Amino acid sequence: MNATYLRFELLRTLRNRRFLFLSLGFPLVFYLLVAGSARGVKNLGGSGLSAPLYYMVGLVAFGTMSAMLSSGARIAAERQAGWHRQVRITPLPPSAYLRAKVVTGYLMALLTILVLSVAGAAMGVRIPAGRWLEMVGLILVGLIPFAALGILIGHLLSVESIGPAMGGGIALLAFLGGTWFPIPDHGVLHVVGQLLPSYWLVQAGHIALGGAAWGTRGWIVMAAWSIVLARLAMRAFERDTTRV
Amino acid sequence: MSGIALAGLSKTYRSPEGPVHAVRGIDVSIAAGETVALLGPNGAGKSTTIDMLLGLARPDAGEVTVFGRPPAQAVADGAIGAMLQTGELIRDLDVRELVAMVASLYPRPLGVEETLELCGIGDIGGRRTHKLSGGQTQRVRFAIALVSDPELLVLDEPTVAMDVEGRHSFWTTMRAFAARGKTVLFATHYLEEADAYADRVVLMAHGRVVADGPPTEIKGLVGSRTIRATLPGVDLGALEALPGVTGAERRGEAVVLVCADSDAAIRALLSAYPEAADIEIAGAGLEQAFLQLTGDGAAEAVTA
Repeated sequence: MNATYLRFELLRTLRNRRFLFLSLGFPLVFYLLVAGSARGVKNLGGSGLSAPLYYMVGLVAFGTMSAMLSSGARIAAERQAGWHRQVRITPLPPSAYLRAKVVTGYLMALLTILVLSVAGAAMGVRIPAGRWLEMVGLILVGLIPFAALGILIGHLLSVESIGPAMGGGIALLAFLGGTWFPIPDHGVLHVVGQLLPSYWLVQAGHIALGGAAWGTRGWIVMAAWSIVLARLAMRAFERDTTRV
Repeated sequence: MSGIALAGLSKTYRSPEGPVHAVRGIDVSIAAGETVALLGPNGAGKSTTIDMLLGLARPDAGEVTVFGRPPAQAVADGAIGAMLQTGELIRDLDVRELVAMVASLYPRPLGVEETLELCGIGDIGGRRTHKLSGGQTQRVRFAIALVSDPELLVLDEPTVAMDVEGRHSFWTTMRAFAARGKTVLFATHYLEEADAYADRVVLMAHGRVVADGPPTEIKGLVGSRTIRATLPGVDLGALEALPGVTGAERRGEAVVLVCADSDAAIRALLSAYPEAADIEIAGAGLEQAFLQLTGDGAAEAVTA
């Protein structure tokens, strides 16, 4: 990939102060509120994880989902501004344009993880470096379906509709995935949760204690979402950008 | 190197009011190094033609080749630079950074500073792209089109947001660029721009090419003026026979002369009829000229 182009894309994101502040600030404030009030809970809702750890990963899931989907919002905005037409008459392959957007989303996701990890440490969360890295790695893998979803909505939705779609979608995925409370191990919420990629993002927290996060079921669900959303995203993207 | 060929191009869009036949079978070839104006009123099909030339729209019929390649290949090779009719600049970069970002996508770009100077925006290189005036934005968009040092430069109504002075220096830059042996195609609805800055004018109306030739020829076709004078009881046949006059009609006490050469006509009119009063000379305007050239083209555009 063209390094200069990517560098300017990242620079643009980091220069957008309001975006940066809100994207990192909301998960942090939520974390401090939710985990702060349950600081002493050692086994939150039968999850086997302490409240500060559980909510740390829960809000990482919330914040990183937003980070990946906001790439979609950027795509929609640039389509509306007509910039994508300008890009299409340059030699930049459409796939490289998308890659830059996905990398930008991942950069924001990493910043979110770092901010919440520091906040977690301040709340008493202690994770060995190796396990932390393993956990972060798994979360990054778990964001693949959200990268695809961002591309999909960026090409399907208008700038006006993408705000509510993202707000509502993320709230629902976070709620059903267990960001705000551990999903019980039986019942409707359990069945629905296990079918969602956001649930498995939150489960990555188990790595911190040396446990397994996903198991076969988790990997299958994540792979299925990745494949389906990636195919849909490619279709929307190609319909929008085919050169003649 | 072969030039640009648009062969049998047509394009129809769907719209809520039914199909819009934006382009209905045009054939244009442009030799490498030519500067060609695509002249026509709004809705003539200029932008649709340009979209097909750039590979942004697929023709329903016909074929585009740019230096012997399909548009997509020419774009991928970095052979085309274009300034589209609409389009905002992306934010959170300054002008210099944005031009550098675009330059990085091309195999053999011009220098960034050189491009900024060429486009007359060397002094605003450090300004953020969302803090520019309309005219400055157009110049930055011009810089984006030029920075790749393209073989073919395409400009779709480039001077729309510019003031008179801005227009003049814009065209001066364009001419300087064309003088490097580049091929330039620009769309405009100003006859004066086509006349002053193109080697050749392709006149479009209702999705068709209605005339194609040197600017002087096109000007003769569409640059007609009218002379209006109070001249009671005069013989219309005698007026029509005056030099430079192509038609005459009576409006009450006044007569209106349609002129191919209004200078010759006014001299002849005044020497033959010194009593002529309340004289007005006016440009017929492109729209009116197009109607004359295309007959009932407007009705056809709706129903065909």
